[in-house]
Amino acid sequence: MSGETSSSLASPAAVAVPFKPPVVRRGLSAIVINHPTFVVGLAILTVVFVLALTADILYPGDPMDMVGPPLLWPFQDMEYPLGTDSLGRDVAAGLVYGARVSLIIGFSAASIGLLIGTLVGAIGGFFGGLIDNALARLTELFQTVPTFLLVIVIVAIGEPSLPVMALAIGIASWPTIARLVRAQFRSLRQQDFVMAARSLGYSNTRIIFMEILPNALPPVVVTASVMVAGAILTETGLSFLNMGDPNLVSWGSMIGGGREMLRTAWYLTALPGIATALTVLALNLIGDGLNEIFNPRMRQR
Amino acid sequence: MRLLSRTGRSLRRTLIQAVPTVIGIVILNFLLLQLVPGDAADVIAGESGSATVESMAALRKQFGLDQPVLVQLLSYLNHLAHFSLGFSPRYNMPVGELIMARLPYTLMLMACAFTLSLVVGIACGALMAAFARRWPDRAMSLVVLVLYSAPGFWVGLMMIVLFSVHLGWLPSGGAITIGANLGFWDAVGDQLAHLVLPSFSLACFFIAVYARLTRSAMLEVERQDFVRTAQAKGLTPFTIQIRHVLRNALIPVTTVAGLHLGNMLGGAIVVETVFGWPGMGRLALDAVMARDFSVLLGVLLLSSFVVIFANVLIDLLHAWLDPRIEAE
Repeated sequence: MSGETSSSLASPAAVAVPFKPPVVRRGLSAIVINHPTFVVGLAILTVVFVLALTADILYPGDPMDMVGPPLLWPFQDMEYPLGTDSLGRDVAAGLVYGARVSLIIGFSAASIGLLIGTLVGAIGGFFGGLIDNALARLTELFQTVPTFLLVIVIVAIGEPSLPVMALAIGIASWPTIARLVRAQFRSLRQQDFVMAARSLGYSNTRIIFMEILPNALPPVVVTASVMVAGAILTETGLSFLNMGDPNLVSWGSMIGGGREMLRTAWYLTALPGIATALTVLALNLIGDGLNEIFNPRMRQR
Repeated sequence: MRLLSRTGRSLRRTLIQAVPTVIGIVILNFLLLQLVPGDAADVIAGESGSATVESMAALRKQFGLDQPVLVQLLSYLNHLAHFSLGFSPRYNMPVGELIMARLPYTLMLMACAFTLSLVVGIACGALMAAFARRWPDRAMSLVVLVLYSAPGFWVGLMMIVLFSVHLGWLPSGGAITIGANLGFWDAVGDQLAHLVLPSFSLACFFIAVYARLTRSAMLEVERQDFVRTAQAKGLTPFTIQIRHVLRNALIPVTTVAGLHLGNMLGGAIVVETVFGWPGMGRLALDAVMARDFSVLLGVLLLSSFVVIFANVLIDLLHAWLDPRIEAE
């Protein structure tokens, strides 16, 4: 739409100049055309979501039940298209139920991390001074400890269940967001609109959450998708080490189970790994796409 | 001379900042570990299978586990002040000795993986930036994105399938060939062969991180005025890319690399498990399982030393890359 107006406005003099103004498209169609990888990522993630939601309908019954002969290779028996493991469990069913675990952990852990990180970063960046110093030190402290070890310790404190794992991964992942939000707040708090809000007598809470935070969000949204990806990877590592919920099938525990037959039946390790990589890839594509959409400057090169 | 004074200043500043961080880490983790249900006496009793209430009380008394938390914390800090990491009930030996036996392996793995990820990552990123938006860039971006998305330990497992099981080129685990009586150079070669797969497995995620970062940092630097000046005075494109663009782009890359070291140490836990590598990561995992908290605290403490020390090195690297950056 706006592309047509800009070309109709071009004066005859401008035609002589060999510079062609870039066609600016807006709305959904623009996103599809300008950011194909973003759309691919979104499509993959949607498929994973649908599979996770319809797991009960696609594969009714417990995915940990023995359903067929053990160690069928993929495509060997079309009743079990992705084969069966050493206990005769359907690999495809496991993958579909595993998607559920990965997505739940990924999104809830990232939300917890986002919440803590945004609070710490916003308070530190807004107030500055002693509070900021203390919070920055705390952030640094959490960044010095090996993240994965911290997750393991927290899971050991609680029990290996989904909420505890999500909490542990969230607690271990907030420093990135805190640093980002803090930097945003430090630059934004000097700006005129904050001064205006202050002169109107708004409370600090209102200025932080209603005025500055919305302006600080774009880079946070981009990082959030990467955090979901990171949380899924951490969960895979955790359940690979047998520290996940023993009552649930997850991609990590499938890789861990398949590892014992790596020499003979490597597809048992390969398939859940591919599922993890694809889902994480989709999230990273979405993150890259969001980054381009929020920072169009990067595209002009 | 200037570098020397700079080193001194950097070390002094790090020392001032690191001491509270390290003490904070010790206290935080100590208190966190008190929340873990069960202690070393429980695990030892459970394994021996013939524990009585009295013998467990004796065990606890022997290891000081019957003391109030605050007393235990103070006694631990007192040990630390005397450069002792305490005693492991589980292995029945000083934690210091236990960790020192594992530390060289972890340092070797970390050093290899860190160097590999920086060298390969920066090289890939520089190539991608040079061919920005043409097919070599697109193809490499895709490969890098896959490395960025796949779990590193899984890549390691897949490499075992390919290089150890099917091709038989590299060993699938362990740190050395046991029982092989090798000369010095053969032993070095044997060690390197055992290092290849774990290092790459640990490095692959970080290769992707640094490649992406180098690419975008170089594209950012290329827009700046001094690059145009360099072009105007007739430098070859290669010289401009390496001496001017890459050098400046390295600063954000190395900063992030320093921040990621803690993550890499964490990733080492899984990779060491996959490859049976006798490093600190596996020691830490065993310590969690055995509720052997003095070992775990020691590992946490030493890994934070490694991170802090590496960041001093990166600080010095920055001074060399851009002399205008001064120690604040």
